[in-house]
Order: sequence, then C-alpha cells, then structure tokens
Amino acid sequence: MKKALFSALSLALLYGCASTPVEPERPAAPSAQPALPVSPPLAARPAPAAPQIDLSKRSVFYEYDKYDIRDEYRPVLQAHGKYLAENRGKKMLIQGNCDERGSREYNIALGQRRAEGVKRMLVLMGATEAQVEPVSLGEEKPRCTDHAEGCWSQNRRSDMLYGGEY
Amino acid sequence: MSWRTFAPLLAAILLLAGPARAQLTIEIIGGGANQIPIAVLPFAGESALPQSITEIVEQDLSRSGRFRAIFVGGVSPLPTEIAQVNFPEWKSRLADAMVIGQAQRLPDGKLEVRFRLLDVLKQSQIGGVAFTLTAAQTRLTAHKIADFIYEKLTGERGVFSTRIAYIVKQGPRHELRVADADGQNAQSILISSEPIMSPAWSPDGTRMAYVSFQNKKPILFVQNLTASKQPAPVANYRGSNSAPAWSPDGKQLAAVLTKDGTSQIYLMSADGSNLRRLTVSGGIDTEPFFTPDGQSIYFTSDRGGSPQIYRMPVSGGDPVRMTFEGDYNVSPRVSPDGKVLAYISRVSGRFQLMAMDLESKQVQTLTDGQRDESPSFAPNGRIILYATDVDNRGVLAAVSSDGRFRQRLGIQAADVREPSWGPFLGN
Repeated sequence: MKKALFSALSLALLYGCASTPVEPERPAAPSAQPALPVSPPLAARPAPAAPQIDLSKRSVFYEYDKYDIRDEYRPVLQAHGKYLAENRGKKMLIQGNCDERGSREYNIALGQRRAEGVKRMLVLMGATEAQVEPVSLGEEKPRCTDHAEGCWSQNRRSDMLYGGEY
Repeated sequence: MSWRTFAPLLAAILLLAGPARAQLTIEIIGGGANQIPIAVLPFAGESALPQSITEIVEQDLSRSGRFRAIFVGGVSPLPTEIAQVNFPEWKSRLADAMVIGQAQRLPDGKLEVRFRLLDVLKQSQIGGVAFTLTAAQTRLTAHKIADFIYEKLTGERGVFSTRIAYIVKQGPRHELRVADADGQNAQSILISSEPIMSPAWSPDGTRMAYVSFQNKKPILFVQNLTASKQPAPVANYRGSNSAPAWSPDGKQLAAVLTKDGTSQIYLMSADGSNLRRLTVSGGIDTEPFFTPDGQSIYFTSDRGGSPQIYRMPVSGGDPVRMTFEGDYNVSPRVSPDGKVLAYISRVSGRFQLMAMDLESKQVQTLTDGQRDESPSFAPNGRIILYATDVDNRGVLAAVSSDGRFRQRLGIQAADVREPSWGPFLGN
C-alpha cells in the first residue's frame, strides 16, 4: 500500500514539476480498509473492483485574471474529492497562486479565490469543509521566474497538497 | 523639543536590529520647477563629526526637488555669525538662502552643532537651532536641520528625519528593513526564508504590521519596534490573512481575512481582539486604507466585475465606487491631508501610478513604468514612494505628488519592494 501511494506521488512529481519536492505521504497506521485503492498491495490480495483513483495530478491552471476552473480539470478534482470522501482523516491544503502582474495584495485575494474554487469543487465531490483549507500565496512564490507568458501561465495555478506534504 | 523625545526611540531601534548589509543608492530623474537656490556652507569645525553634516543637509534638500544647491567652494574663513557673511557675494552667486554653522566636541565627549538659516536678499536671519548630540546621531541631526530649512522656506513640514520600511528579496532571503528616508542607515527588522509582505507603520511609528508566510500561508503580525519582543500574530485564521492598515489613532487595524469565504475586510483592535466584519460581498474586497479622519476606508473590490476602488464608512454602509476608467484600478492610498487618492491603474497592460484630486475627481498619471505598485505617501504628502522595476529588478522610486520630480532607490543584486513611508516622529 505504501509503495502504491509512493508511485502515485512520484507520478505527481513528474507531472506537476512542483517547485517544492513533494514528500511521499506516510499513512499513520494500517487500517482495515485499504486507504488508497490505487493498485493491489504487495501481498496477494484480490484487486479492488472499484475504478482506481488517480491522485497524480495536483494542479489546476488558469487564464490571466480568471479563477474559473476549466472542464479539463473536473476528472482530477473528482479523483481527489472521492479520495477525501473515502478517507475522512486526510487533510488537504490548497495553495492558490498568481502571476506577478498587478497588485500583490489583490493577487493574494485572487489566489485565494482560485483556491476557494478548488475547495468548493472538492466539497461537491464529497470532501468535507474541515478536510480542505484554501490559502493563497499570491504572486509571492512563483514556480517560474521569467517575466513572460511562458512562466506566467505556470504560475497561475492552484496546488493540492495532502497533510505531510507542506 | 522633538529631538529629545525621538532620540531614545531611535536608540531602541538601533539596539533591536543589526545594520543591514547593502544600502540603497539613489538616482535622481528629472527636475522640479521653482527650485529655491540655497548655499549650504560647510560648518566651521565640522571635521570633528564622524561624517559631513552639511553634505547630508545639501543632499536632502536637493533630493526633495524643491531646492537647488549653489556651489559653495572657495570660502575662507567659514562664517559662523551673520556679521561675517559677505551677502553681496552670495547674491552674485544667485543664492536666495544660505546656511552657516559650526560644530565642536564638548568637554563631556558629546558634540554640539549650531546653524543659522539666512535670507540672502534681506540679509537677515530666518532661524537657527543648536543641537547637542552623540556621534551616532550625526545623520539624524543633519536630517533635522534639513527639515528645519525645508519648513522655513517652503511652509511645509520636511520628511528628511522620517523613516521608510521596505522588503528586500535576495535569493531565498526575505528581509523587512527600516531605513532613513534617504535610504541610508538601514536596519533589519525581520529576516525570513519565506515571503514577507505589506509592511504598515503604526501612526506613532512604534509598531509595524506585516504579513509573513513563515507558516506556509499568509498570517498577519504586529511587531513592536522599540522592544525586542517576539512579533505577535494578530490574525491567523483559516485561509489567508493579509492587507493590514492602521486606523489614524493606532487603536484599530483593518485587514483582509478569508475565514468566511472570499477575501473580505474586517476591523479589529491592534492586538487582534474585537474582530468584526466590515464588507459583505460575494467577491474580493481587499487593500483597505483609512482616511485621515478615521471615518472611512478606501478599498479594492471586484464587485462590479473588475477590480475598482470604493469608499465606505468605517461604521458600515454602502460603498461608493471611486474609479471608472479602465478595468484594473487597485491599491488605494489617501494623502495625509485627505485631498488626493493615489492608486495603481492598468493602462494598455502597463501598471502606472495615478493621482485623483478627490474634490474635482480629476486624474493625473504620475509614472510611466511597466510594473509600478505599492504607493505610499510621505507624511507631508509631497512625495509618493512606490515600487517599480528596472531591468527586471525591483527598485523603489519616489515621485513628487505633482509628478514633476522623480528618483529611484535600488540595491545592487537584490529586489526591493513594498515601500511604506513612516510617520512624523515627535512634535
């Protein structure tokens, strides 16, 4: 189980090119139910019948000055929402980010609105309010530091981080 | 006088913080109109001081954009009394005013500086002051002298002895600094590996509110500058906590919290207690700024579909929209006399500093940068400090409130941002 989770998070690293290394989450204690039905554990158990939840994608990207979530991100948010619904003990921090243009404080508010939008979607998908905290990093922690759209588009982003990853 | 009340405070700040590593350097762009020609003569015995006091006075006056320094070379002996001044010579050098003085070391090791401000045309004394000081107070004394001259000759209070705060980012290192208004004598207030934002001086200059990301999200702190106490978090709610603004009496803070959803403006006591919500919108309300009478706040809101500036009573009530040109008007700051609203406007993709006359609603574009932000009025309202960038490096810039005179303050190989001009100190 641990290994399965780890590989999912490794994928997250590959996919997301996160600026801060994502630490693999360590499950606190083995539980009766498989916490993460991603793939069978090492011991030969019957494979779960339910469709696998892919938690590898962690980011939502936005248009300039916008905070609406494009349709392409629905499956990603659905997966995380389902995972949070099935694992009530899991917590998530959603960090909203902006590109460097405009007021720093306004960008804190815009990043917050982006993170808040992700939170609302996750709650619709089954997560509880208590599980997800949306916060904003505004333009203060850019993943990419060039002053052009190539970087700006990467910095207009919400990241989903599970407890232990931040 | 103010000098004596201010001195212990400055000493406390010096004790609290070590000197910052790199100083701001200043570059002056453009010239002001109607500059007063002034001759600042070296003070007799000035070599007893650790640095040339008259050099600092002359630089202060020139940098204000209101004065033009007259060449003072070749005067010997240096006059220290009005009777020793050759007025026809200074009239022929086109000086309207001149400054003479002397400095000496007293038997107890302290220093004494006395100066006189003279009217060249009337051949009379306008005023003069004597200071007793320690060597460490040389710069401050020079700024006090410049303030005296500025006030006597322009009729407005000088800001040379006030201080400014700003953020320096150098690689992963974020630093909150406080420096003299000329960028010299910088002290570190806070150093962090995570971002620091939005420094705001308390109206009495003893405390600084700011936003720290030390705990991986924006949390609002207030730090006492006069005592080496740990800064206290005043707003650490679920979500983000940011955009602090002080009420003019220093008793309240307005700040932006997201504990009830999107960014909304709340009022609280300066220690964070007595929290109450001020704005109610489904969208973004941020960047509160109190009017000088403490009765209203200006803020930025996207309630109309794009970020615009609004004004509303602190007691609650309907916000009134203030800006209508363009689709991005943010960062409202009101001048100390309450007559001018400075803000940032996006014009053809460029972010520029604007000034609105609140009576006529007439708007003037003050700057022509690409990324101008974070305006802050000098306490006399004559200069607006703001952040801009040069070759993709953050620097501070200052523009006179009439837009005529500009200067830049930068540090080599570091980003300087988010200036906040401190208050007048002492009275």
